[in-house]
Amino acid sequence: MTTKITEDATLKKYPPDLFEPVSQHELSDDFTYRSEQSFWQDAWLGLRKNKAAIVGLCIIILVILLAIFGPFMNNHGYDEQNIARTNLPPKVPVLENISFLGLNGVDSRGVDQYKAKGISEYFWFGTDELGRDLWTRIWQGTRISLYIAFLAATIDLIIGVAYGAVSAFYGGRTDHIMQRIIEVLVGIPGLIVNILLILILKPGIISITIAMVIVGWISMARIVRAQILKLKSYEFVLASRTLGASNQRLIWKHLIPNTLGPIIVATTFTIPGAIFTEALLSFIGLGLQPPTASLGTIVNDSYKLLRIYPHGMIFSSIVISLIMISFNLLGDGLRDAFDPKTRK
Amino acid sequence: MKKILEVKNLSVSFNTYNGEVQAVRNVSFDLYEGETLAIVGESGSGKSVTSKSLLRLNPVETTMLKHGQILYNGKDILTCKEQEIRAIRGAEISMIFQDPMTALNPTMTIGSQIAESIKKHTALRGHQITERVIELLQLVGINEADKRYKQYPHQFSGGMRQRIVIAMALACEPRIIIADEPTTALDVSIQAQILELLKNIQKKMNLSIIFITHDLGVVAKMADRVAVMYAGKIIEIGLVDEIFYHCQHPYTQGLLAAMPNPDIETDTLYAIPGTPPNLLHPPNGDAFAARNKQALKIDFLEEPPMFKVSDTHYAATWLLHEQAPKMIPIHQQLALAECNEREKAPVFDTTNPFLSLKGVKQHFKLDKNTINKAVDGITFDIYKGEIFGLVGESGCGKSTTGRSIIGLNIVTAGDIHIDGRNINEAKTRQEKLAFNRKVQMIFQDPYSSLNPRMKIADIISEGLAIHGVPKSEWKIKIYELLNIVGLTKEYANRYPHELSGGQRQRIGIARALAVEPELIIADEPISALDVSIQAQIVNLLKKLQKERGLTYLFIAHDLSMVKYISNRIGVMHRGKIVELAESQELYDHPIHPYTKALLSAIPLPDPKLERERQRIIFNEVEYNATNRESESFTEVRPGHFVMLTEEELTQYHQAISESILQ
Repeated sequence: MTTKITEDATLKKYPPDLFEPVSQHELSDDFTYRSEQSFWQDAWLGLRKNKAAIVGLCIIILVILLAIFGPFMNNHGYDEQNIARTNLPPKVPVLENISFLGLNGVDSRGVDQYKAKGISEYFWFGTDELGRDLWTRIWQGTRISLYIAFLAATIDLIIGVAYGAVSAFYGGRTDHIMQRIIEVLVGIPGLIVNILLILILKPGIISITIAMVIVGWISMARIVRAQILKLKSYEFVLASRTLGASNQRLIWKHLIPNTLGPIIVATTFTIPGAIFTEALLSFIGLGLQPPTASLGTIVNDSYKLLRIYPHGMIFSSIVISLIMISFNLLGDGLRDAFDPKTRK
Repeated sequence: MKKILEVKNLSVSFNTYNGEVQAVRNVSFDLYEGETLAIVGESGSGKSVTSKSLLRLNPVETTMLKHGQILYNGKDILTCKEQEIRAIRGAEISMIFQDPMTALNPTMTIGSQIAESIKKHTALRGHQITERVIELLQLVGINEADKRYKQYPHQFSGGMRQRIVIAMALACEPRIIIADEPTTALDVSIQAQILELLKNIQKKMNLSIIFITHDLGVVAKMADRVAVMYAGKIIEIGLVDEIFYHCQHPYTQGLLAAMPNPDIETDTLYAIPGTPPNLLHPPNGDAFAARNKQALKIDFLEEPPMFKVSDTHYAATWLLHEQAPKMIPIHQQLALAECNEREKAPVFDTTNPFLSLKGVKQHFKLDKNTINKAVDGITFDIYKGEIFGLVGESGCGKSTTGRSIIGLNIVTAGDIHIDGRNINEAKTRQEKLAFNRKVQMIFQDPYSSLNPRMKIADIISEGLAIHGVPKSEWKIKIYELLNIVGLTKEYANRYPHELSGGQRQRIGIARALAVEPELIIADEPISALDVSIQAQIVNLLKKLQKERGLTYLFIAHDLSMVKYISNRIGVMHRGKIVELAESQELYDHPIHPYTKALLSAIPLPDPKLERERQRIIFNEVEYNATNRESESFTEVRPGHFVMLTEEELTQYHQAISESILQ
């Protein structure tokens, strides 16, 4: 036997009072009292602790505010053309004195276009090839892009979650038929559906939204269905059923809350996806018609002049990137905030 | 005896998100040739981590080896090269895992899986390997091995798969086998077969086995020596008889006392209070002190060293110090107390059963031609205030029966009456709700039975919300229920993942009690819990039954616990109840061959008894070959019903009359 026995410890003399039995102390639970909060309060607290998500949220709010008020911050209209001031580089008061920022109205060839064309106004983001003010156009475009994105995401969310939940929850034949319908829809390439639809309807915001929604909800429906199929057999759902819960209660109180994580992640992908799809459709000429601006159309218009006048492309891309990144950050934060397990 | 493996002062920690978890703390033991060393402990006690360290199988990224040595053949396993450890794995020391369903690769034939390590470690090639594989399969008791070695895992049953896993472990004639809960996932009768197989093989090959388990019955059956682990330490180690009959550490004593003893009628089981400590911050002194009713002051200050009880028996408790006061061991205290209070058998109103099943069938259509007869015509009554135990192996239909009673399935045929009313008649939502108030259920898995996104208060109050209790009354009711199940009201604001398994099960009970039911269906409520927690939950269930006059349908596969808690027991086999009697009667005079086999397969926590006991084997093929058409449910003794054919019945009567004549 090599179990190490410290001879001294077993034989050592201790003060005898150490060997008195301890008075029967209460079983103390070693946790601190926590104030009562609802699920939503908990989620909000969780979100507030996540710095990245808060940064994302702030950027989103800022972008939305600019999208609403930006176009009114100068007195140029988004469709106001003027051949005399085409392709002006950006020029901002005060910042024009810091040369490396490139906001001093000097183009890539080193010519101050404002002086050359004799223009005394400031165009913060410059102008495009038709002399329209890009600041106004970009925020006007952001407004429309966000509008399309939110609308598409919301409709996706509603249809997708409802379809997936119903399909998985009722199962059997209902599920069978609903899944076959999805398979048919998936079989047709989304772009073709979009093109056909826009050929029938007039190109515009509403028809683009409808075109995106028609196939967009499918991935959401599949994610929700898979989650609910798994959750349905969990014992907490059975327990609720034995208590006499109705189907609505099961779906809303038990199944959907436990599916929130994947739903949020899917939605944060839908929003940038919708902005991209809109840009793509506008790019191939099926989207918004001029003079209406969206982030997609601005990128499309200005990429041809990228070599000489990069400013149009740069500013619109920065706005798109900011929207994407901040939605992803916020989405991650929301997913964690709604999951009690990730909270301390 | 020759020493084959030596573990010295092993300490292993894991790096986790929350900090360092000290899973194994300063563990030392030896393994001798040809012996079985059982390592016993609750989940999280470090027994699996210890055994995995012997083969260096713990995840490399997170494991921190604090210090220690594992000497095998003079080589330190912990520091040797990766190549050297690979030569040891499988060839010298091999492992049997817990779940045979995931331990085999479903895309490989079992033959090629067994052959893998033979190819790696031996010089055998070609048909020699095949011969060796067949030989191994025969050794572990698989018939027609020469044909079956080409089959895939899904073509074998759970017990057969565990045999194959054992064959894989034996392939290169290792000297040590580490069996990590090898029978936990199996039914009792299969468990008995696998344990016997391991014992036989051990004798034939002079193997040393390290047997990890939490089941003291299995330990009594298998072990030569036992090491008891608690909070990452070995707190007591000794020969099996020394541990079972002369244990010194209060934790070992508590564990033994928490097992229901079939010979003593007791009112409450001994339950170790509280839960094991969090190994993120191991407590000072004796880790068990906080749960120990006999704790001394020194237990909280200084860690007890290993005291020598005999040459083979060591225990780490200050009670063995010469200055310590003499205390009566917990399990003996209990035995003394129990002799006094023995309850009279309660009397039930047998004319008006609370729950009555008549010819209930529950068939599931799998596809066009196959029907799964999960429950196939069962008839029984449960009286008001009674605890009725339903036992059987997995897949016998006992859980399905419970779910049919509570209305989760719509029965295929038959009638279920609750409190005199047929449940099929409840059509409107109001009637259904009224029925749901009467019957409630407690579930098996404390981890999946609570919604992880709801707070405890919301979980408990769900029944109140469904049954239209005004919101103003909820709070008082929730606190009251938490108090009833032995939790403080602070728990109301927690989420399920912050609670331990036993606490979650208490919440499950509180949820069921919220609607004040009269009948509770407990579907294996304790099988997922640790031994010391099981006793707490069983005591709680019994206490509630007494205080509130509840009726229970207690579904379980652990016959000893069912016998302890139930008034009457029904034994289910293949969707039918084959025997039904009062629990003592069933235990003393089992008649049906299946019941006999089931009773004899349960390992008892008594090594002397285990050595003498002969297992009765239930021959399924022979049983089915007899003419089962004529079988009927006959009352052979007062209140004792058995499913027997006419032939068997006459045989039984003959046997009785013969024994009277003699």
